[in-house]
This record gives sequence, structure tokens and C-alpha cells, in this order.
Amino acid sequence: MPLLQVKDLEVAFEKEHEELVFVDKVNFHVDEGEILCIVGESGCGKSVTALSIMGLLGQQGRVKSGEVLFNGRDLLKLKEKELDQIRGNEIAMVFQDVMNCLNPSFTVGNQMAEAIRIHLGYDKKKTKEHAIQLLEKVGLPDAKAVMKKYPHMLSGGMRQRVMIAMALICRPKLLIADEPTTALDVTIQLQIMKLLLELRDEYHMSILLITHDIGVVAEEADRVVVMYAGQCVEETDVHSLFKKPAHPYTEALLQSVPTIYGDPARKLKSIPGTVPENYQELEGCRFADRCSYATKECYTKQEYHEVEPGHLVRCWKGLLNNDKQ
Amino acid sequence: MTNNKKPIVVVEGLRKYYPVGNSNTSRARQMVHAVDDVSFEIAEGETLGIVGESGCGKSTIGRQIMALERPNAGKIWYDGQDITAMSESQLRGIRTEFQMIFQDTNSSLNPRKQIYDILATPMLYHKIATKENVKQEVERLLDMVGLAKSSLNKFPHEFSGGQRQRIGIARALSLKPRLLVCDEPVSALDVSVQAQILNLLTSLQEEMNLTYVFIGHGLGAVRYISTRIAVMYLGKIVEIADAKDLFENPQHPYTKALVDASPIPDPNLRDRSRIVISGEIPSPVNPPSGCRYHPRCPYAKEECKKVDMELQVVDSSSSHLCACPFYATNLAKEE
Repeated sequence: MPLLQVKDLEVAFEKEHEELVFVDKVNFHVDEGEILCIVGESGCGKSVTALSIMGLLGQQGRVKSGEVLFNGRDLLKLKEKELDQIRGNEIAMVFQDVMNCLNPSFTVGNQMAEAIRIHLGYDKKKTKEHAIQLLEKVGLPDAKAVMKKYPHMLSGGMRQRVMIAMALICRPKLLIADEPTTALDVTIQLQIMKLLLELRDEYHMSILLITHDIGVVAEEADRVVVMYAGQCVEETDVHSLFKKPAHPYTEALLQSVPTIYGDPARKLKSIPGTVPENYQELEGCRFADRCSYATKECYTKQEYHEVEPGHLVRCWKGLLNNDKQ
Repeated sequence: MTNNKKPIVVVEGLRKYYPVGNSNTSRARQMVHAVDDVSFEIAEGETLGIVGESGCGKSTIGRQIMALERPNAGKIWYDGQDITAMSESQLRGIRTEFQMIFQDTNSSLNPRKQIYDILATPMLYHKIATKENVKQEVERLLDMVGLAKSSLNKFPHEFSGGQRQRIGIARALSLKPRLLVCDEPVSALDVSVQAQILNLLTSLQEEMNLTYVFIGHGLGAVRYISTRIAVMYLGKIVEIADAKDLFENPQHPYTKALVDASPIPDPNLRDRSRIVISGEIPSPVNPPSGCRYHPRCPYAKEECKKVDMELQVVDSSSSHLCACPFYATNLAKEE
């Protein structure tokens, strides 16, 4: 049984008295100890998916249907209080925008201690020890000094480390990381990614990594889910994704990344047009209008089907496009 | 290959310091050393990429070349004229020749002006178009950057990020410039749109023989568009070389670390050895002595703490300059 299984998840947001489905029948699972990357461009629904797993959608958002099974329990059916037993304890989350996630008017030590007290119920001394130990674990050299600092006194990379330390308080089984390195410089990004990998091995965590960066996917993921316009369009292990992408969107995405490796004269292939605004109303493939392989069959409903074991794709052609080349 | 061409911009000994905080307090004498003694040339028709992490001074250089600010020291010659010595009114005469593209199109396009006004006003002011032919010119510009004519009467918020960047490019080109300073033009865009804009910039360059200064932090994009690349660290250029040479044969330990840190979209290369540099960029208010990279450099020697490293020619046959004299020998020892 996978650690986390998301089945037919549908999330809608209210916009001008109309309910619009932004996450449409999303399916994927995270196995124990693996890193699953959800990759897609802005607005494709990857962050909303993550938030709905945590039950953090807020007022406007609503899960319309589907299941989020964590260790076999459906998180969507739990009461807020029961969910609190899982959130932070077994599933933790780190965000991109760390400055908004840490409270600016409390010291790091204060915020760490609050979480430790609530979740573990330690006394004062033990709380402090645990906090310092965690901050050291995430590679903050002078942990005692960091405890006394306010978030604005730390650099972006250090704040992200504090955030990760907080997520680790209860040794979660699953860490959801929503663009954890997007706001950071590349050298710091590499440090943070290395840290996450080490922690995964040490804590036997699974990581659900949400990113828009194809490079990060190639470096870190075990398996990948590609999302486009609110739908999963492809899911497979990282090697086959890069070797034989089955969905034309995945293929186009891979070809549009400028890289520091390989032929510098290679012409970047861009995807013409933009994501359709009214994609909720489209019946057929949502990528069809931008797809270079599109035919009239593409404008009928596309099933998310398996083309090879473990390789799912939402395109009726499946792996056919690969054979053509 | 760029050496035979006449330089369009020559920067010599450029320094720009900004005061920290309120000037009435005692901290007023503290200065951020944004750019510290930087010299380079840009040849006509080439693209000079400037890369580095946040706070390294790459945008400050862009602003100095655009004559938006006056440097504390140093000179910038544009086409043989020293723009740092010019008065504002003299500058106005040549400002049409160098234009800028910004990262944040939300704040660089006036939200209350229609696209027509955004593009027509500068052309009318600088008498590049007349009242009679301005509409035609605006339409020509839109066509050039790949926007529909129906965009004319829309406002910036009605466009997507990529389209807004196209408007920014059209506006920069409206004055028929020779030099474009592009300050992170694609950093805020999704990859598929990023590729559209990069390809647009390259084709416009070929068409109009433009010279670009391309400032970025994504090494992939900078490599794709640049002829030559300057790597900056804490206000200094540490290495400058032809794009190909820089990636195949990086000489400075910081360049190497930067290249290693950039993710490569190929899972087969995952296990390559990568240098992970520890620590973070020190404060530009009190930059380290000697080589500014020495506190993080795995190869640092005693001398690195004392001697200020100058850019030196790596190999006499090329235009490859590097500010670290030790790296090559270190590498040889490792192998």
C-alpha cells in the first residue's frame, strides 16, 4: 500500500459566484521513502493539490470529490481535530515564501518551541534541547544564536533551513515541499536540496516535491507527475520521462529548457500560445491548441491510461509520438 | 571572435557604493559596495551575459550603463563618448540609443495607459515618428514582437506575463536603439514562455544588429543567448570569457561552483561530481579582504586573504580572463 494515495481529487474555487474546477480528477501516489515530483507551470494546480492534501484550502476552495488516502485513512473525511493529529505529526509541509510562513514578531526559538510544545508536549528544557538539535541537523552552524534571532535577521537560505527544521519536529513520514528552493540562489538551492536528500535517507521520509524547474526534477525525483491546466497529463519514473516522454506537453516542456549542458547552438523549442483561460469548459485535450501533433481526435475526451507499466498518460496517442521521430 | 569588432561600450574602473540606512544616523558612513572596480568592453552586435547571485551587483552595472545613476568612480564610454561626464540634457540626446527591458512588467508598464500610448508617446517625444505615421509604426512594432493589432487599445493587465514582456521589448525597440540592457527579462516567466522570449530576442538581434547586455541568474538562459559571459561575485567580475569557453573550461572556483550548482535536465547525469560550496554570500557592506570569495573557496590559500585578485588572461590566444591565479594549478594537483 502506498503511503499517500490521491484518487480522483477535484478541487473547485469560487470566482464571481461561479464554481470553477481548478484541479480536475487528479490521481497519483507516493510510496514510502520516495521523492515524487509534481511539475508544471504556474496556474496548473500543483500547489492547490498540495494544499488540499493538508486540508489548507481556505475559505474559497472546496474539495468537490475524491479521496486522499494516507496510510489507508481518508484525510478528507477527518474532522479538523483528527486532522490536527496528522498534520505536523505525520505530514509536514515547507513553503516557497518563507518570510510569510514564519511569524516576523517572534524569535525562531519561540516559534520552534511553540510547535514542539503543542505536538510533543515536552517541558521547557527538553523543548529547547530538541529545537537546538534540529537546527543543528539542518546545518545552521550557530544554532543557539539562531534561536534568539527574528526571521528578518536571517538570510533566505537560513530561513528555509529553519522552516525545514520546524517540519522535522515530529519526524514526519511525508514531507510536502512546495517550491522550496525557487526563491533561492543556485548555490544555496543545491545546499537545500542536498539537505532534503540526506534527511530523507536518515528519517526514511517520503517527499512530495512541487516544482516548476525541470532541472530540479531531473536531479532529485524518483517518479514524476506532470500537470497541465488542472489535470495530470503524465506520470512515470524520472528516467523514462526524460528518455521517452509520452505526452506532447511533456516533450515540449523538456525541449524548451535552456541548459548548461550539451550543444549550445541547439535552438530552443518554445510552445506557441498560452494556457487556455477557459480550460474548465474544454471537453477534449486541454493542450490540443498548442500541440504540434494535434488531430481531430484530440478534441474528444482524453482518458488517463497506462501505456507501459507505471507509465500513465492523458493522450490517446500514448507513445506513438516517440515512434515517429 | 569578438575582438576584431569595435566596442560599443567600454567600462573602466566602475565603482558604485550605496549608503546603508538613514543618512542621519551613525550608520550613514557604512556603504554597500555594490560594484567595485569593474572594467569590461562590449563589442557591437554581441550579447554580454552577466551572471551572479542576488546582490552581486549585476543589476547595478546595468543601471550605470543606462546612465540611470552616476557611478562613484570610473568611466563608461558609449560609442566613444563618456556618458558619466555628460549633463542630463546631453544624455537626453543619446538616450534613445540605449534602452532597457525589465524583469517585472507589472511595475515597468504604466497600468493606466493603453498599449498604444505606451508605445507611441516615446516615439512622438523623440520625434522618431510623426503624428501621421505613428499608428503605423506602433502596429509595425506589435507585429515585430508577435502581438495582434487588436492589442492596441488594451491595458497591460489584460495580458499574460509573456505578452507583457513582449510589450516591454516593443517599447524598448520603438526608439530604434543600438544597445539593449535586459535585466532578468525571463526570470519571472514559465519555461515554455521563457523560450518564446529568448527566441524573440535572438531573432530581433539578428534582424536589427542589436547589442545586448543580458543580466540573469539562470545559467541556462544566459548561456543560450550570450556570446560572452561575465561572472560576478560581491561586486567584482571574477571571470569573463566566451560563452562556450566559460562552461567547458571554467577557471575560477566560483564559476565552477556556480556551474556545478545549476541543475541539468538529464537524470543520467545525476551522479556527476558537484562542488557544494558552503556558507552564504558575505555582506557587501564589509566585503572580505583580498579575494572576496576566499571565505567560501575550498582552494583558498593565505595569499587569497591579502592580495586583491586582478583579472588576468588565462590563455594568450583567447579573450578568457579570470581573477584566480591558482585554480588551474589546483586542478592539476587533483588529477
